[in-house]
Amino acid sequence: MPTLTIHGAGPGLTVQDLGRPGWKAQGLSSGGAVDRLALFEAAALLGTSPGQAVIEMMGFGGTFHANADTRIALTGAEMQADIDGTPIAPNRTHLLTAGAMLNIGSARAGLFGYLAFAGGIMTAQIMDSRATHLTAGIGKRLEAGEALPFGADPDRSRPAMRIAPETRFTGGAIRIMPGPQTDFFTPETLHSFTQPQFSRSPRGNRQGIKLDYDGNGFPADGGRNIVSDLIVPGEIQMAGDGVPYILLAECQTIGGYPRIGSVIPADLPKIAQAAPGTPLQFGFLTIAEADATALSDQVLLSQLTKMCQTIVRDPNDIADLLGYQLISGATRGDDLERS
Amino acid sequence: MTTEPELLPLGIDGILVRFARILTEDANAKALRFRDQVQSAGLPGVTEVASSLTSVRIGFDPTETDRQTVTEAIHPLINNVDASESDAKRLWRIPACFSPNHAPQLGEAAALAGVSPDQAVAQITRQTTRVIAIGFAPGQPYLGMLPDHWDIPRQSQLTESLPRGALITAVRQLIIWAADAPTGWRHIGQTAFRVYRPETSTPFAFEPGDAVQFEAVSAADFAAIQADPDGSARCEVLR
Repeated sequence: MPTLTIHGAGPGLTVQDLGRPGWKAQGLSSGGAVDRLALFEAAALLGTSPGQAVIEMMGFGGTFHANADTRIALTGAEMQADIDGTPIAPNRTHLLTAGAMLNIGSARAGLFGYLAFAGGIMTAQIMDSRATHLTAGIGKRLEAGEALPFGADPDRSRPAMRIAPETRFTGGAIRIMPGPQTDFFTPETLHSFTQPQFSRSPRGNRQGIKLDYDGNGFPADGGRNIVSDLIVPGEIQMAGDGVPYILLAECQTIGGYPRIGSVIPADLPKIAQAAPGTPLQFGFLTIAEADATALSDQVLLSQLTKMCQTIVRDPNDIADLLGYQLISGATRGDDLERS
Repeated sequence: MTTEPELLPLGIDGILVRFARILTEDANAKALRFRDQVQSAGLPGVTEVASSLTSVRIGFDPTETDRQTVTEAIHPLINNVDASESDAKRLWRIPACFSPNHAPQLGEAAALAGVSPDQAVAQITRQTTRVIAIGFAPGQPYLGMLPDHWDIPRQSQLTESLPRGALITAVRQLIIWAADAPTGWRHIGQTAFRVYRPETSTPFAFEPGDAVQFEAVSAADFAAIQADPDGSARCEVLR
């Protein structure tokens, strides 16, 4: 099997896929990519399955080389990247030739970048998934010097593709739905929570992010003595004296802090990709409105696939590039002197 | 006044059935039994059934079924939940060290409970607790219920991190800590027991309903058992 060697790694690199749903009862949250949408975008671009494992990069990438030619795609946060010094753009496929050096730098927009391979990262599965779950002790952060197996590209000649996803890096309006504890908060607190006062705090990771805000906190009645109850990703919990945290893929499964509501799955990528300081404003949907936003994985993938466009003039597609007449109208260069 | 149990949304793909807003043995027994019943019912489109202390979340695939359909299907089950507590299937005996190095907040927690530290240790080790829920971190047990005077609140300031196996307490419960996360519960003892072993074929030590008894050991004895992944715990099958 081909191998990807990691020569340099930022501090937030992990192998991720769509995670391990179904273990909540045993205390294991589903985990997986914090920005699931990025895995679907990569799958649409590469013509692969969204369940394939990728490298998730929080804030900063790394330096990699593969020992076999493979198509790759960069999705999620827009990260500075180049192959052997030639810049490459996010949200499109690229050919990474054997031995070429892929450098991925810091995020220019968004926070979590994803490096996907046409054949997928092929590390060992644990409980039917390759996703690193740091708090559950499954896998660990990737480090320089490691080598990861990846699957051979199943369709090397597939045309290069690009996609222009809806931007999700600038925060803004976030839709939330009521949950089991919404009525533990006073109407005044609920109203206050929908005012434009929040920004993403510098504090955050795969478990969740903290929100900065103006003014008072958002305590619930009897907040510190609430019975611990089940949690799902997207829920907004008030820690301590009412400091809001939004929980992400690697959150706990049970917790005792009151939760005011939950961000609907469709808007969760905006939360994941909000860099520190990004403004966020919350608005409640009714339960029916929230339910109506449900989208199957299949429909999502087919929508994104329709958004992909073939890149007509990507030199990577032209295997015998030097055989082409690339410049028309070339002359000896002394025409003017001779006329 | 709210009618119990309450049926509430928990995500666009889930319904939470909450048997009580306060933790009682009755509500916990109902939650554990209701989880079994919903699982056995094998409802179409239901993807996951998880219980907590007083509630059960029924997860469903919204592209296969919907909230209304699942709600109608679970209604008859809710009305017939048996609340009698079943006998424990297994009894765990787990050594715990309560010396000051291993129990930095024992004095504080004991004071909140209105007892001396020695009385606190005696009360905690005398009682057989039950696993009333598993969660927050993989395999991590919530153990209850301690007597009423142990109904002490969580701290408003979080403790940033705790060693694995820490024995912590709040709201009449104990936890054998297994998470890398901040907590508001108070650290009152230390075990060497690993509740979660992802590298083995049985990653989760506990089942809901297991009985657990702690045995106080000296700091010297505790040092000796720390190398043992079971922390010298013993599990006895009762039935």
